[in-house]
Amino acid sequence: MTALLDIDQLLDQMESGLRRALEQRGVESPVLIGIRTGGVWLADVLSKRLGIEEPFGELDISFYRDDFSRIGLNPRVKPSSLPFDTEGRDIILIDDVIMSGRTIRAAMNEIFDYGRPASIILATLIDLGARELPIQPDVAGKTMALESHQRVKLRGPDPLRIELQEAGQ
Amino acid sequence: MTANDSSPHHLQLTRDGQLRHFLTLDGLDRALLTDILDTADSFIEVGERTIKKVPLLRGRTVVNLFFESSTRTRSTFELAAKRLSADVLNLDISTSATSKGESLSDTLLNLEAMASDMFVVRHSQSGAPHFIAESVTPGVAIINAGDGRHAHPTQAMLDMLTIRQHKGQFEGLKVAIVGDVLHSRVARSQIRALNELGAEEVRVIAPGTLLPKDVESLGCTVEYDMARGMKDLDVVIMLRLQKERMEGALLPSEREFYRLYGLNQQKLALAHPECIVMHPGPINRGVEIESAVADGPQSVILNQVTNGIAIRMAVMSMAMGGQVAERQQKLSERDQA
Repeated sequence: MTALLDIDQLLDQMESGLRRALEQRGVESPVLIGIRTGGVWLADVLSKRLGIEEPFGELDISFYRDDFSRIGLNPRVKPSSLPFDTEGRDIILIDDVIMSGRTIRAAMNEIFDYGRPASIILATLIDLGARELPIQPDVAGKTMALESHQRVKLRGPDPLRIELQEAGQ
Repeated sequence: MTANDSSPHHLQLTRDGQLRHFLTLDGLDRALLTDILDTADSFIEVGERTIKKVPLLRGRTVVNLFFESSTRTRSTFELAAKRLSADVLNLDISTSATSKGESLSDTLLNLEAMASDMFVVRHSQSGAPHFIAESVTPGVAIINAGDGRHAHPTQAMLDMLTIRQHKGQFEGLKVAIVGDVLHSRVARSQIRALNELGAEEVRVIAPGTLLPKDVESLGCTVEYDMARGMKDLDVVIMLRLQKERMEGALLPSEREFYRLYGLNQQKLALAHPECIVMHPGPINRGVEIESAVADGPQSVILNQVTNGIAIRMAVMSMAMGGQVAERQQKLSERDQA
């Protein structure tokens, strides 16, 4: 394992990117929703950095995955928890890594089952490309491409760190 | 595998231990029962949303096959399937083709020809869902919604979910099941689940005429006197007096039964002050339970109904998930061969 990525630097990027995006859109009181598990850790950190006092939501997308007919149900599903009404709200949706875009599609489907938000901004720590759906993050801590034998994973929650794994390790 | 292949626990699990049918709690270990409860917990949250629906079983067909009528169980299974986005067909067999002379196998073949993905079966014969699971096309999941005096596993699991919600865990709990154990399929499933999940003591409280002969061998102690039996209880589960199943005079009278085994406030006061009161419904007020208790602060009877939907969603999605995962596994093995 090699730690090539400095988590604080990436979080700085996300924070400033989000501040810019919120300002451009004129959003004044956004709410944060993190996708389990990594996205929830990030939502916790970012809500403090952005000074958002309203509690953030936690989303478990297991019931919305598009691969149920291939792999069945995730046995470790936990309840989603959105401690606010999403109707008409400006949402910042947070995940650790974006690749195919399928997780985000599932997450947006789930959010809409709670109500119709005014807007959603997508922020991810790392954008790995390799998209299979037309979904792009508005804010990314870092954009990079992996070799086929490499994997990247966010560990946490305390301390948060990014692991770049080489295959076979 | 061995000669045990057709036993319920081999029948209802995939090779890697996932649920593919849900017929009985026999052979399901604590880890799997806990998975069912945890999954149901997540479905409870879905039931609290404005849009109470998730897309897991979208486009799949669930047939409620009720050879014996039941309003609550059938309607909660129907609601559970609909909240999973499945299409639901309710067949009340007593009023349909079998009365025109069609055999069970022919009925099943016809339903399979309609590309059904899951049968929810309620039958007065013990073992009927098991028989159907053995004969059905691979890929179709069978859920037992109560068979004869044998088992009612979803009812027992919704009771376990209710207990866990109120008590946090099973360790150290003293639980009593009171009343007509002899005719009760749910009592057997409850005793099995409570033992597997680690309850400290499972007691049955009933007159000897309403107990099966080998009741202790199910994993419980027996108490004939209700006042003694109520002592230190954390959970009391009242069973419905199965009037329609009562053959011959096992009881002197309903009034006598209520005097000896009915739950009223005086008897409840003998239990632990935080003892919860459960009943699978429908309740016979004044026969097993006093209204003041059924509607009182210690009663969790209506929680049980809500939890019934979540447990049924959990079991249905897990069994369907096991079926699809198994099918994929077979396909990829065939590709490799």
